Parts: sequence; C-alpha cells; structure tokens
Amino acid sequence: MTTLVFAEHNNEKLNDATAKTVTAAVKMGGDVHVLVAGQGVDGAAAAAAKLDGVKKVLVADDALYAHRTAEPLAALFVGLAGSYDAIVAPATTVGKNFMPRVAALLDVAQISEITSVEAPDTFTRPIYAGNAIQTVKSTDAKKVITVRTTAFAAAASTGSAPVEKIAAGANPGLSEWVSENLTKSDRPELTSAKIIISGGRGMQSGENFHMLEKIADRLHAAVGASRAAVDAGFVPNDYQVGQTGKVVAPDLYIAVGISGAIQHLAGMKDSKVIVAINKDEEAPIFQVADYGLVADLFQAIPALDQELQKIGL
Amino acid sequence: MKVLVPVKRVVDYNVKIRVKSDQTGVDLANVKMSMNPFDEIAIEEAVRLKEAGKATEVIAVSIGPAQATETIRTALAMGADRGILVKTDETVEPINVAKILKAIVEAEKPELVILGKQAIDDDCNQTGQMLAALLGWPQGTFASKLEFDGDKLLLTREIDGGLQTLKLNMPAIVTTDLRLNEPRYASLPNIMKAKKKPIDEKSPADYGVDVKARLQVLKVTEPGQRQAGIKVESVEQLVSKLKEAGVIG
Ligand SMILES: Cc1cc2nc3c(=O)[nH]c(=O)nc-3n(C[C@H](O)[C@H](O)[C@H](O)COP(=O)(O)OP(=O)(O)OC[C@H]3O[C@@H](n4cnc5c(N)ncnc54)[C@H](O)[C@@H]3O)c2cc1C
Ligand SMILES: Cc1cc2nc3c(=O)[nH]c(=O)nc-3n(C[C@H](O)[C@H](O)[C@H](O)COP(=O)(O)OP(=O)(O)OC[C@H]3O[C@@H](n4cnc5c(N)ncnc54)[C@H](O)[C@@H]3O)c2cc1C
Repeated sequence: MTTLVFAEHNNEKLNDATAKTVTAAVKMGGDVHVLVAGQGVDGAAAAAAKLDGVKKVLVADDALYAHRTAEPLAALFVGLAGSYDAIVAPATTVGKNFMPRVAALLDVAQISEITSVEAPDTFTRPIYAGNAIQTVKSTDAKKVITVRTTAFAAAASTGSAPVEKIAAGANPGLSEWVSENLTKSDRPELTSAKIIISGGRGMQSGENFHMLEKIADRLHAAVGASRAAVDAGFVPNDYQVGQTGKVVAPDLYIAVGISGAIQHLAGMKDSKVIVAINKDEEAPIFQVADYGLVADLFQAIPALDQELQKIGL
Repeated sequence: MKVLVPVKRVVDYNVKIRVKSDQTGVDLANVKMSMNPFDEIAIEEAVRLKEAGKATEVIAVSIGPAQATETIRTALAMGADRGILVKTDETVEPINVAKILKAIVEAEKPELVILGKQAIDDDCNQTGQMLAALLGWPQGTFASKLEFDGDKLLLTREIDGGLQTLKLNMPAIVTTDLRLNEPRYASLPNIMKAKKKPIDEKSPADYGVDVKARLQVLKVTEPGQRQAGIKVESVEQLVSKLKEAGVIG
C-alpha cells in the first residue's frame, strides 16, 4: 500500500498540519509519499523530506499551484492517483476545498476529518459537533481522507527522503485567483499554538480584544474568538474556533466572555486545560472548564495581566 | 438565470443529541429537525439574487424522507419558487447526493447552484465540491461575499489565514459560509403562499442513481467526557493553579 499526502504550506514554509497528517498516513501502513504543490516551494519541500516516515517527496512547482485553488490541484491529484491506494490531506480550508473534488473524480466516498486510524480501511470521525464518534469502514478500493490534525502528533524531522520534481498537471481554466487579505500577526497560529486565549460576545468590542492580545503576548499565545465575536465584527473570520471554524487542542485554552455553545465547545473541548472567565456562573462553558472564574472580565483580565507580570511573564 | 439550492433536513442546531445505547447511531426519535443553517443562508442568497433581478427562478431540492417536504416548504416560504423532493429513506452519502444533484442540474439547467458548506449533522463538507467535480464546473466554497463581474462571479471566501477572492466562470457552484448573509424569517403570509407552490416528487431511481452506501458505519459511540473542574476564587488562585498544572511560567 502507498499513500500520497498533500502538504499544507505557504510556499516557503511547511505548515505543522503536514507533519500531523504524515503521522496519520503512517498509521495506515505502507509507504508514505508527500506532494508539495506550489510556486517557489524549495523550502517547504526540503522540510517535507525531513519528516519521519516519508519515503519520497514529489514537487510540482508551477504558477498554477501558487494559491492552491481547487480545480488545478484536484486535476493534479487525479493524474497521480493511479499509483496510490490512499490520498490523505489535512482538514485545513485548502484540504476541505479540493479533496472532495478529487474523491468525486475518482468516484470514491470521502471520509472527512478522521480522528484515529483503527485499521487501513477503518477510521473514527466526530459527527454532530463532536457529540458522537462514528467508526466507519470504507469499501472503496481507493481511500480519500481528510485528517483532523489536532488528533495526531506531529512526525519528527530526522529523516531525509529523496525529492523528485514532477510536471504540472492540466489547467482546467475554470477559475482565477484575484487576491487575498490575510490577517497579519506575529503571534503563533491558532491551530498550532500551545496556549490560546479566546474572546466572545462578552468582550463588547474589537478594541477590548487588545486586553486579550496583551495577555497573549505574555504567554506566547494565539488569540481566538467565538462566532458571535466574529459576526459582530470584533475580529476577523479566521479567529473563529468551533464546529464550523477552527478546531484547536492547545495545552491551555482560556475562554473569556464565551457562553460555551455546543458549536464552540466542538472546536476546543479537546484542549488539555480549559479556563473559563464568565460573569454568569450558570454559563455552560463552566461544565468543561478545569478552572472556572466567575467574574466580570473587565476586572479579571487586567488583574490577570498584572498577576502574570508579577511572576515575570 | 435559474438558481438551484439543495436544502438538507438536519437535527436542529440547539439539540444536544444522544448516542443510542446499542451504538447503531444517534437517537433521532422526537428530536426537533430544521433546515441545515448553512442552507438557510444559501436560500437567502438565491432569493436576494432574484429580488435584485439577477435570478429568474429559485428551485429548492431536498433528498431525504417524506418529512424533508417541510424543509422544502421552509425554503418556499423564504422565497424559493418551487421544490423537488427526491424521496428516499436510505442514508445517502455525499457522493450519491452529488450524483442525484448532477442529474437534476442536467434536467433543470441552472447557472448557479448554492449549497451549504457543511451539514451540521455529519459535518462532511463535501457535497458542493463533489457536484462541481462531476459537472466539471468551478467551485467557490466557504463564500462570504458574492458579486457578478460581467459574465463571471467574483467570490470572497473564508480561508484559514483570512479572506481570498476568486473569479469563477459561469455556470458555477457556490457553498455558503456563516458571514454571507443573515437569513430572513418567513412571514406568515409567505408561509401561507408557500403551501400553494409546487413540489415535484422524484426518487433516486428516476435519476438513475444507486444510493447504496460505500461507507459502513461499524458503530457510533459517545465521546470521552471531560471531568468537571473547580471554581477558583480569584485571579491569584487561577494563576497559581495554572503554574501548578505546568501550563504557564
Ligand atoms: C450553523 C452554526 C454554526 C456555528 N458555528 C460556530 C462556531 O464554529 N464557533 C462558535 O463559537 N459558535 C458557532 N455558532 C454559534 C453558537 O451557537 C453561539 O451562538 C456562539 O458560540 C455564542 O458566542 P458567545 O459565547 O461569544 O456569545 P454568547 O452566547 O452571547 O455569550 C456571551 C457570554 O459572555 C458572558 N459575559 C458578558 N459580559 C461579560 C463580562 N463583562 N464579563 C464576563 N463575562 C461576560 C455572558 O455571561 C455570556 O455567557 C454556530 C451556530 C450555528 C447555528
Ligand atoms: C458513513 C455514513 C453513515 C451515515 N449514517 C446515517 C444514519 O444512520 N442516519 C442518518 O440519518 N444519516 C446518516 N448519514 C448521513 C447522510 O448520509 C448524510 O446526509 C450524507 O452523508 C451527507 O453528508 P452531509 O450532509 O454532512 O454533507 P455535506 O457535504 O456536509 O453537505 C453540504 C451541503 O450539501 C447539500 N446536501 C447534503 N445532503 C443533502 C440532501 N440529502 N438533500 C439536499 N441537499 C443536501 C446541502 O446544501 C448541504 O448544506 C450517514 C453518512 C455517512 C457518511
């Protein structure tokens, strides 16, 4: 059995999600190859070649893949699929976008967001916002799978797989990339941060999120948010944690002014330690919090800032 | 331009579901069902296109049991013109939903299909992309803004790092994200009017699609539950607990 893993990267750098997806692919057994598709991807390809368990890295370096739009990427994978028994990608927005296109072109029922590998054809995945776990077995000859990366540890980087350039695939010419408006931040990314501090509707404004950013900088944390905070325009869409946003599992998750709706919990309840700061002692977030503080956040957050400073953070 | 909107009947988002003790699935008896919230957003967008004079007709399709008629009625009350129910009591996987939708697209010839980005029960996030693949159409997934630019579609998408804008050829597939619009509530007169709008009833066989499942569900279990924690009295106590737990400092 040979598995092809899609590498998530920003051309220069390999995203942590790739190393986690490799771990899932290795668990399925057989050889693991990684495909790095992009433009000017030498850096990302070199990093992929170091991942433990990777036998070979394929590189498709072409302007066609610069933004990893779905139609050309799917065409590339379908062209390579003949040599592989399984195609696996992280459930990032790129993976979620192009993988079902690959599955349909191969006439395969995709398995989305697996959280464990039970056997080469059997996987678990959360359904109903993580309130039930399904164990599914695929009867398709080829497998098309996306991986919930929070459920797998990152593969180490001690290997040295060969890197092979491959030709670009066809350009379906159906769509054109126009622009991107990416949130710029020096803080760690939400999906790989060890500590996350998230704000909800209780924050009242985007301005007030600066209080959370101050704490985030002391703790080298990422800043997240509930849907309500994003909908209200306090913070950009990519801050959203939850069933329909990002799924995170940091060592420490601090929820501030967030009630704890099912959809929010779905995105953070696998965090190691959860702290909730909320003025309503009945808020459902306290049912999953290891440490709950019933307090007005406008007092608690400045106090937390001072306390952290006191201990030298 | 005709717009097709597939709408799925799902467990209401406020319901906390229960896993059946025999591990065969979740208990859906007497549970409130609603239209998938992302599909409400899809219908809203289609109806707005009609109100703006860009769309001529909005067709709502649901694949599911007889009760999925209610979901179609909701779409009609929001402003869709007519419905198609593809009736089946089987579990239809996204690949087969996409095959049925492809056949409907070939019969109805819409220029735009707007779907939800994911159904909140199975969270597959597949159907729209699969339909685009089967039709050989471009796909604009996770849309937060949709505009026309001549004969092309200018679409802003929610991606991991922020927002991305694409220009798509038409016909195209769009899937909705939360920020695309705020769906309206159907007014009482519109709910009454919807009762008179036509709904065609079909079966998967009418479209030549075999809905046999490819995935076997071996079991459905409860997730691990978190242990209830403690309430701390002060910020000082919180910080010392976090230090003890080794997560800060
Ligand atoms: C289809 C669908 C998908 C969704 N996806 C997501 C998702 O991915 N992620 C997500 O988060 N939500 C999602 N939601 C929304 C979810 O249902 C909730 O509406 C949302 O999470 C609520 O956000 P919140 O907790 O910030 O706001 P609220 O529920 O309004 O809670 C605000 C909290 O702040 C507290 N508070 C207020 N002021 C203060 C103060 N001064 N000090 C301390 N505490 C204070 C209040 O006591 C309250 O508990 C989704 C909903 C739907 C229908
Ligand atoms: C292995 C497996 C086992 C299952 N077992 C059961 C079960 O026991 N009981 C059960 O009730 N369900 C079951 N299902 C769920 C059912 O098959 C789902 O409807 C199907 O998988 C579609 O997934 P989704 O809705 O998450 O698709 P998504 O790709 O997340 O849906 C995206 C969008 O596609 C459109 N869409 C999807 N489905 C429909 C539809 N039927 N009609 C109209 N539009 C639609 C909507 O616009 C929706 O927003 C099972 C699914 C799988 C994969």
